[in-house]
This record gives sequence, C-alpha cells and structure tokens, in this order.
Amino acid sequence: MSTGNMNLTLKVWRQKNNKTKGALVDYKVSDISPDMSFLEMFDVLNEQLINKGEEPIVFDHDCREGICGMCSMFINGRPHGPKDLVTTCQLHMRSFKDGDTIVVEPWRAKAFPVIKDLTVDRTAFDRVIAAGGFISVNTGNAQDANNLPIPKIQADAAFEAAACIGCGACVATCKNASAMLFVSAKVSQLAQLPQGQPERYRRVQSMVAQMDAEGFGNCTNTGACEAECPKGISLENIARMNRDFYSAKFVSEEDI
Amino acid sequence: MSDLNSNIPEGELTTKWTKYKSSVPLVNPSNKRTIEVIIVGSGLAGASAAATLAEMGYKVKCFCFQDSPRRAHSIAAQGGINAAKNYQNDGDSVYRLFYDTIKGGDYRAREANVHRLAEVSANIIDQCVAQGVPLAREYGGLLDNRSFGGTQVQRTFYAAGQTGQQLLLGAYSALERQIGMGKVEMFTRHEMLEVVKIDGKARGIIARNLITGEIERHFGHAVVLGTGGYGNVFYLSTNAMGSNVTAAWKAHKQGAYFANPCYTQIHPTCIPVSGDHQSKLTLMSESLRNDGRIWVPKKKDDLRKASEIPEDERDYYLERRYPAFGNLVPRDVASRAAKERCDAGYGVGASKLAVYLDFKANTERYGRIEAAKAGNHNPDKETCMRLGTEVIKAKYGNLFDMYAQITGENPYETPMRIYPAVHYTMGGLWVDYNLMTNVPGLYCTGEANFSDHGANRLGASALMQGLADGYFVLPYTIGAYLSKEISVKAIPTDHPAFVEAEARAKGILDTLINIKGTKSVDHFHKRLGHIMWEKCGMARNEKGLKEAIEEIRALRAEFWRDVRVPGSVDELNTELEKAGRVADFIELGELMCIDALNRNESCGGHFREEYQTEEGEALRDDEHYAYVAAWEFKEGVNFELHKEELKFENIKVAQRSYK
Ligand SMILES: Cc1cc2nc3c(=O)[nH]c(=O)nc-3n(C[C@H](O)[C@H](O)[C@H](O)COP(=O)(O)OP(=O)(O)OC[C@H]3O[C@@H](n4cnc5c(N)ncnc54)[C@H](O)[C@@H]3O)c2cc1C
Ligand code: SF4
Ligand code: FES
Repeated sequence: MSTGNMNLTLKVWRQKNNKTKGALVDYKVSDISPDMSFLEMFDVLNEQLINKGEEPIVFDHDCREGICGMCSMFINGRPHGPKDLVTTCQLHMRSFKDGDTIVVEPWRAKAFPVIKDLTVDRTAFDRVIAAGGFISVNTGNAQDANNLPIPKIQADAAFEAAACIGCGACVATCKNASAMLFVSAKVSQLAQLPQGQPERYRRVQSMVAQMDAEGFGNCTNTGACEAECPKGISLENIARMNRDFYSAKFVSEEDI
Repeated sequence: MSDLNSNIPEGELTTKWTKYKSSVPLVNPSNKRTIEVIIVGSGLAGASAAATLAEMGYKVKCFCFQDSPRRAHSIAAQGGINAAKNYQNDGDSVYRLFYDTIKGGDYRAREANVHRLAEVSANIIDQCVAQGVPLAREYGGLLDNRSFGGTQVQRTFYAAGQTGQQLLLGAYSALERQIGMGKVEMFTRHEMLEVVKIDGKARGIIARNLITGEIERHFGHAVVLGTGGYGNVFYLSTNAMGSNVTAAWKAHKQGAYFANPCYTQIHPTCIPVSGDHQSKLTLMSESLRNDGRIWVPKKKDDLRKASEIPEDERDYYLERRYPAFGNLVPRDVASRAAKERCDAGYGVGASKLAVYLDFKANTERYGRIEAAKAGNHNPDKETCMRLGTEVIKAKYGNLFDMYAQITGENPYETPMRIYPAVHYTMGGLWVDYNLMTNVPGLYCTGEANFSDHGANRLGASALMQGLADGYFVLPYTIGAYLSKEISVKAIPTDHPAFVEAEARAKGILDTLINIKGTKSVDHFHKRLGHIMWEKCGMARNEKGLKEAIEEIRALRAEFWRDVRVPGSVDELNTELEKAGRVADFIELGELMCIDALNRNESCGGHFREEYQTEEGEALRDDEHYAYVAAWEFKEGVNFELHKEELKFENIKVAQRSYK
C-alpha cells in the first residue's frame, strides 16, 4: 500500500451560489500519495474540512474513469490540469511535486454559470443537442445493420468525432468561450455517416443557431480547444462543420 | 411453492413473445397524449424507454441526478454488447444466446425472460446503427465482432473500448430529440426520494432538486425505475461514484420485493487497489481476455519481474484448469480462480493481490499477420512486436492508456496486473415478465431489476438488457397496464398520499442534517464496504455472514447517532445526498447478508464456502434453491422471504462445466 508524503497548498475557488461572489481560499493538504487521482486528493481535503466542521468543496464528478465528462476544474490555469489528453479524474498526483501550490477554479464561460464552488451549469450543451444533434429515427423497424455497409475508414472517423465526452473544457479554455469544437464533433460524426445525410444541412443550421442563442462566443481559430480537449477531438471537425454550414445556405429549402 | 405470479405467457417458449406482442391491448393515440409516465434514470434503460415512450405519444417526465442524461453510468461500459446476429457464421443463434445466458447465470434466471432478450438482441444493433452509433467495422464495411467470456462464438459488437458511451449517446440523442419536441420533460440534477402510492398503485414520485434543495411532487400514471445497480454498497467498485440503490430501496420500503440481493458479480480484470485513499476501482474490459493470457509464477513469492520469468515457470492457470474455454471462462469462474491463486501465495505485485494479464503472445501473432499482409513472410521478433502493438493499440488503446495513467506502468511493455473487483449486481427489484414490480404501475428496468442474468451475468449482456428493456420490451408491456388506466385523470399533487410521501422524504433529510455527529458519511460507507467485501464478497460462509449482520446493525445504529452532515437542506449539498444513499446502502447490506445466508448453495456470483465440489467449483442445490428469493420489507428493518420457483422446461439443468 502506498502512503504519501507530498504536502501541497491549494487555492480553491469557493462560491456559495450563483447569487453570491466567490473568492480563492487557501488550504493545506499533507500526506498525499503520488498514486492518488486529483479528485482523491480533493476527497482527502474534504474529509479534513468535514472533520473541522466546515463545508466540503463541491465539485462535479461521477465515473472517475475519464468518460462521463462530468469532472471539470481549471487547475493552474488549464482545464483538467497540466497533462494532455486526460480529465481531472484521470490526473494523478504524480504529475505534481511536493511543496507545490495549485490554483483550482471552475470553468469560466457566460453560457456555463457557476452553481456552487467548482460546479457549473453545462445544460446549454444538452439544448444544442436537442436542437438537432441526432438522427430522426423512431424505435423499431430499423433495417438490418449490415444492409448499410460503411467503409471502415469512414466509420473510424465518425467514431473519433463521437468520442467527445461533453466536458466543456473546449469552451472553458477558449478566450471567446466558443462551443465550436463540441458542436462540430457531433455535426461531423453524423455528417460522415450515410444515416446522417437526410438531415445533414438542417442539423448544422439548427445546432449553430442554438449554440449562438446559448451565448457561446465565436470561433476565431486559436486552437486552444483542441490543445485542451481530453479526448483529442480535432480542429478538422470545425472545418468540416463550417463547410457544411456554408453549403447549407446554398442547398435549396426542400433539401433542408 | 411460488407465491408470486411472474405472468409468463402460456405457450411455446419460442413464440411467447411474438404472441404476446400481437395480442397485448393497445392504447389509442389520443389517449396516449393524456397519459403521463415517469421514468427515473437516463442510462441505457431509462433513456431508451423515455425516448421510445415519447415517440409512441405518451407524456414522459425523465429524471437523473447528474447534470445531463448523457452522464449516466452506462457511459462507462467498455467492452461490448451481445446480439445473436451470427454475422461471423460461427453457429450463433437466438437459442445459443439464450442457452449461454441461462448456463452462464448458473440456472437461476427465468427462461421466458432470457429467451425474449435473445430474440430482441438483433433489433438492438439495427436500431443503434440507424441512430448513427459508430460501432466497429471491418474493411469490407460490415460490422465487426469480438469474443467475451462464457461463450464460444463471436457475438459481441463494440466501439473500441467505449461501447457504453456510444450506445448511451445514441439513446441520449433520441431522448434529446424528444425533449426538443417537448414530448419529454427532463429533470436533471434531481434525485427521486420516494414513490407515491395511491390505492395500492404507483402514481408518482417525490424528488429533490439537488441545486436548490426544493422537494417536488410529480404525478405519473405509471412509474419506471431504471436507476442502475447497487455495487457501491461495497464502497470500492467499478461503478460511478453516484451509483446508488436509493430509488429501488425506497420502492422496496413501499412494498416492492427485492430479489436475489446477494448476487454480486465480481469482475476478474480490474486494476488492483493501490492504497487506502482509493475511491473506486477501474475495470479493464473483459474483451482484453480475448487477446490476453492470464498467469502467475509457478513458484510462490516469486519476486522476479514478469519479463524475467521464463515460459515454463509460468502457470497459465485458466488454460490449465479449463481447457475448453481457457481464458474465456465466465467472470465468476475467472474471479474465483484468481483469488484461489493469490490466497495460495502465488499473487504478484506489491500487494500480492494480483495476477498477470499478458498480451505478448497475441501481439506477436498479430504482428506476424500484419507483416505477412505486407509481404514479409519471415519477420523478426521485433518487427512482429512493433506491428502487433499497433493492432493492439487500435483495439484497446484507450484501456491501455487508462491503465498507464492509473498505475504509472506501460502495459505495452509489461503485462497488466489485475485483480477481481465488485462490478455488477444481478439482484434488484423483483419484476414479472412485464417488467412490473409487485406494486401495480411500478416498473423496473435495466440493472435495477433482478431479471435475465440469474446468479452471474455474462459479459456484454447488461448493455443488451438495458436497451432491450427500454427500446423493445417496456413499450409493449407498459401499454398493457396503461390501457386500463385511460380513464384515470391526472391526480393533483395535493392528494394526501403526495403530502405524506413528501413528509417522509423531508423527515429523513432533516434527521440527517440534525444529527450533527462526529464522523463523515464516507467514514461509514468505507466501514460498510469493508464488512461487505470481507464477509459477503467473493466467498461467503455462515459464520461470517452472521457476524456481518450483527456488525451492520451496529453500524446502522451508530450512523443514525453519529454521522456529520455539514451545510443545510435547502442548497446544493453533496454530503446530504451521499448520507441518504449510504443510509439505504446500510439497510441493503444487511439484506444482502440475510439473502446470502439463506441460500445454502453456491451458484454463479454467490459462492458459499461450505458448498463446493472437490475441485473447488460452485455446488448448486437445485432441489432446494432453484428459486428467486424475493424479499418483502417489514416494519423496523425486517425482511420476509417469498419464493418464485424457477422452471426449466427447455434447457436441461446440468452441472456447469467449462472444461
Ligand atoms: C466500468 C464498467 C464497464 C462495463 N462494461 C460493460 C460492457 O462492456 N458490456 C455490458 O453489457 N455491460 C457493461 N457494464 C455494465 C453496464 O454498463 C450497466 O449494467 C448498465 O449500463 C446499467 O444501465 P442502466 O440504464 O440500468 O443504469 P445506469 O446507466 O446506471 O443509469 C442509472 C440512471 O438512474 C439515475 N438515477 C439513479 N438513482 C436515481 C435517483 N434516486 N433519482 C434520480 N435518478 C436516479 C442516474 O442518474 C442514471 O441516469 C459495465 C459496467 C461498468 C461499471
Ligand atoms: S470537444 Fe473535447 S473538450 Fe470539448 S466537450 Fe468534447 S471532449 Fe470536452
Ligand atoms: S468523473 Fe467522469 S470524466 Fe471525470
């Protein structure tokens, strides 16, 4: 069993709710093991706070396997912390050094209001999907799956785009708080599949309209989203989505 | 012996479901618009049901405690989903899937349900592909399959190591489509705390808005629970942190029977525990056993590195003990075999509680094939390993990355260390063939119900069951009930039953906040988990179970006396949420031990040390225990046993052998 010996100073954003102001508060944690995940380190801190009669720090998390997209923290100025291609729950303390000071803040974006401490409201993403991020097919009576062969390369490309976990790091890190990477991932997954064709142009238009209505900013192609995305979603998706979005303007109304 | 009616339709096994579907009463479209259905849960079971019922025209309200339905625990499933498509032409059929599932479950599942599951399995794949779910494909453009434990055919469909994610996103997008059209009202960050019963029927729920703490009343003509499994009763498990039993437990307290609670699946391939800080265990998908060989050193306490142990000093114990299935024996068998080796002193790694999962042989084999494809028929070992690693990377890359991330070791170079961990719970609310509990109007689907898997679930079958229930079964069976409810007008939520249920829920929250004790919720949860793992885990015996029951009772008393829940009830309070869940886990833990103690036999995931064959295999007692144990909750915390006899008319019950 590993016992830890790292001592750290944390500066954590505390905010009671979205009507009050927040501030960074200093905490010390000791005996941290390098095998702990960042969230397990937070569990240790919370246990300390509860024992002292204080309120624990609220943060979102669920699977702790890097797949549900729920965990969301800005760590030393980077979403999900210093390592590439991992979520906060998959970030381990061996990525830090004894004596480090670590600043932890919530996602920052107008479309993601803070709920409490490090927890923000990301339901805007769901509304973007509800606006068109699907294939309109009711249950039952689908044709045999192998009646629709899809070249492996195309299926793999769709899969890569589909790997987005909806965590919102792309929005949080973007200076314009743009949701382009997230939206383009879904648009491009479905646009690359034969099943996605009938609604292809309508889909991109409605999703973009909803994205704008939610208050996400514009994309200025800085690429911070791609750099910080824990799932390596590629900027190519944005290019693909832009192409579809502009093509949609030239597609006749009946085809949309 | 049965005092429970499972409502299995009459007739031939293979035609029961078809006949049922064509004779079940229907609800006409204009009536559907006035009928409201509450669905708690947005995992595969909940989301697929909510989307489908809304498509059919019902008014649906769907609840989940996460911030988005897309984050339900189903998202984490890695390996795959079974379906009897026989795309590989290796002899698969509906009957074979049915047979494998019944045998895999150690003859403790209901034939009619399992057959229906096998029948609809193929439609699931069609439905998902139509939704744009990017399942793995071969170069020819057709769907690819792989093997999972407990079967000798390749019937598992997958999307790299992210099958659950892709299937859930498919169901989620169908759900969001209905939300967008206003046909489903979605309540995220809401936790169901009570079932409301009026005249004996389920008519609504009480839920807490987790952001504001407000308690809400919701009416429904019927209520469906698709709230997932309760493996977190063990504290350490592969489940998501929020997975809990509360919804099912509260329903249980309102009269719904809880069936086979002691059946816990221990998954053989998880990353071993590294320290006391650990909050959860991480699975390495069973599909890895497809390409990995499991071994331990032949010598006790061998301190050499894996690479320094030569072939003939390795014990490939699964291949040795089970030549027919080898590394692909079912999970209960593989888990017990690993424990046996470790208990006997052959474990590896710092804790000695681990065995090796080694990909070297297959990596080399794949490399050789790749080299041959490129025209090199005499590749050296290094070339094979390099090319083979690429193949392995394509198949399991994300799992290997996850392993490296968690352990700090490179699994491409040294074998993975794995150990069994709590994974899935086969027990759950008792339901009949219609997926209805014994409380009229209260349904239960997916992992939260007990049906279909018996005493052990075969890999890749939970995703199949969740989607079968939600897309293809419930939409028919719930109609049978609702067709008789069309004249019932929406019941106003100031009805006394709602008031009373709300008071119950509030009472618990207030009590928890006001205890102001000295120990955190996690403190109690960890202690409960420890008792459960030690005494009701991979192996159980009478003495340990009796002790565990006493210990859990004492723990329950201490919890209600000394738990500390900071903050207040009228705000986002994650400690309060956890406290309610742990309170329910403590009661459930006791019932699990009582159930395990009652079942004087070994079967599947329930291994009573007193009942084993000479070779250490599970020894069933079909004469006395071929029943579903359905427990009724009684005043205080007491339980009464009801039995549903299991009849095997189409399968010959036999000693399970994978040799
Ligand atoms: C790591 C891992 C890997 C797995 N891999 C596979 C695999 O490869 N193949 C396979 O077949 N199976 C696999 N399984 C099992 C499978 O994923 C689950 O059994 C299945 O997804 C459960 O689906 P469900 O819809 O029943 O429940 P869940 O997906 O757990 O959904 C539960 C839902 O209920 C909601 N909920 C719960 N309680 C409440 C409440 N009180 N109030 C409101 N909402 C509530 C939650 O918010 C959630 O939406 C795996 C499981 C794990 C843990
Ligand atoms: S694109 Fe990447 S960063 Fe953005 S939500 Fe998806 S996974 Fe997260
Ligand atoms: S908790 Fe699920 S991705 Fe981090």
